[in-house]
Amino acid sequence: MSNAPTVDTDALVQGILDGNRRSLSRAISHVEADTPAGRELLARLYPRTGHAQVIGITGSAGAGKSTLVGAIAREQRKRGRTVGIVAVDPSSPFSHGAILGDRIRMQDLTADGGVFLRSMASRGNLGGLSESATGVADLLDAAGFDVVLIETVGAGQDEVEVANAAGTTVLVANPGGGDEVQSMKAGLMEVAQVMVVNKADLAGADTAVTQLRALLAIADLGAWRPPILKATARTGEGVPELIDAIDSHQEFIKTSEHAEEERRKHAERQLVAIARAILHREALSAASQSGALQDLVSVVADRTRDPRSAAEELLVAVRREWAGR
Amino acid sequence: MVTTGAPIRVLIAKPGLDGHDRGAKVVARALRDAGMEVIYTGIRQTPQMIAEAALQEDVQVVGLSILSGAHLELFPRVVEELKSRGIDDVLLFAGGIIPNEDIPKINEIGFKGVFGPGTDTNDIIEFVRNNAPART
Repeated sequence: MSNAPTVDTDALVQGILDGNRRSLSRAISHVEADTPAGRELLARLYPRTGHAQVIGITGSAGAGKSTLVGAIAREQRKRGRTVGIVAVDPSSPFSHGAILGDRIRMQDLTADGGVFLRSMASRGNLGGLSESATGVADLLDAAGFDVVLIETVGAGQDEVEVANAAGTTVLVANPGGGDEVQSMKAGLMEVAQVMVVNKADLAGADTAVTQLRALLAIADLGAWRPPILKATARTGEGVPELIDAIDSHQEFIKTSEHAEEERRKHAERQLVAIARAILHREALSAASQSGALQDLVSVVADRTRDPRSAAEELLVAVRREWAGR
Repeated sequence: MVTTGAPIRVLIAKPGLDGHDRGAKVVARALRDAGMEVIYTGIRQTPQMIAEAALQEDVQVVGLSILSGAHLELFPRVVEELKSRGIDDVLLFAGGIIPNEDIPKINEIGFKGVFGPGTDTNDIIEFVRNNAPART
């Protein structure tokens, strides 16, 4: 490992609070890579967050999330709000590289000084995605953006957790394409506070709305009833109504009799998600350092030991390693 | 596990008005397959858009693809826009149709590599790996 250059975190914090986009961008890189400077920046800037509406946008690949995020950002700008965007795309599990193409759908926004768009690769780092993506959203919040949009492919636990960290999560569905079963599988119904059937100009939009409504009828909901809307992101149709629905939910979180409870639940979800990521990473690191991981992998591979009991023993080794510190 | 050496981040952009991005996409894929994070902006980018994207994405490397012949017009303006945003430490390279006699001029304004048609993508990967400025 090369000598890490010293990072002037004072200057980065000041730059972010002053609206310097370069400072913000560099700070995001630190948070994304989970460097010591990144952790310090988050610790120092977190008390300055809480101003922004944090909105998660999730749905299956090809649902039109990027286009919709662009349309939402444009409409928010019309309403005089500044917009920070975190667009997460998967890293290749083979090369760990990624092609991040969300800017293609939001080219016009690049020239707008009231918008900041950052593409993020999931980097497959042991459940750390929610940790880093929400950290980046926190930086955008601290930098003073009125609205922060986090876009993820709703495909797995990590992505659901990212959506979970938002104040309002929007599930993007499409006409046809078996969304009903897919969204139930991914457990996305439970995390969405607003649902939108995008590409509503295609046939089958009303059927998709009906399906979602039927699913909601059997879901375990609290006091908030998720509205189901239709939109065509490509033309912007339905987007003002979508933003109104998001605003209603934001208002609900702030003013309902459950506001305090909602805030605590939200804080708990975030805390648990990050703690889980750290625990996961540190436990595997301890298991690997003690050699227990490699040994147990061998006996499971030989089929002389079942994976369940091997996992139990792995945890015993982790506890021993931690106790010895 | 400590995160050491985050992937190299590269912006691949097409300045100007030609709409042919096959080459840009081939390079983007090759760099992705070499483990880099590649931000692709799409076609018809102004120098301001390219510089602003480089800033927001905090990339170490910017690759420009051009086939329209306007490279001597547009490349200096991209460099200017980068500098006006305080970005003077990114590795610049170019690809597309660039006549040999123009290459020294492009090198002079800060483009370390120029890759024409028929380039082996492995040469581009090696060039980026060897020349990308280090990040924390």
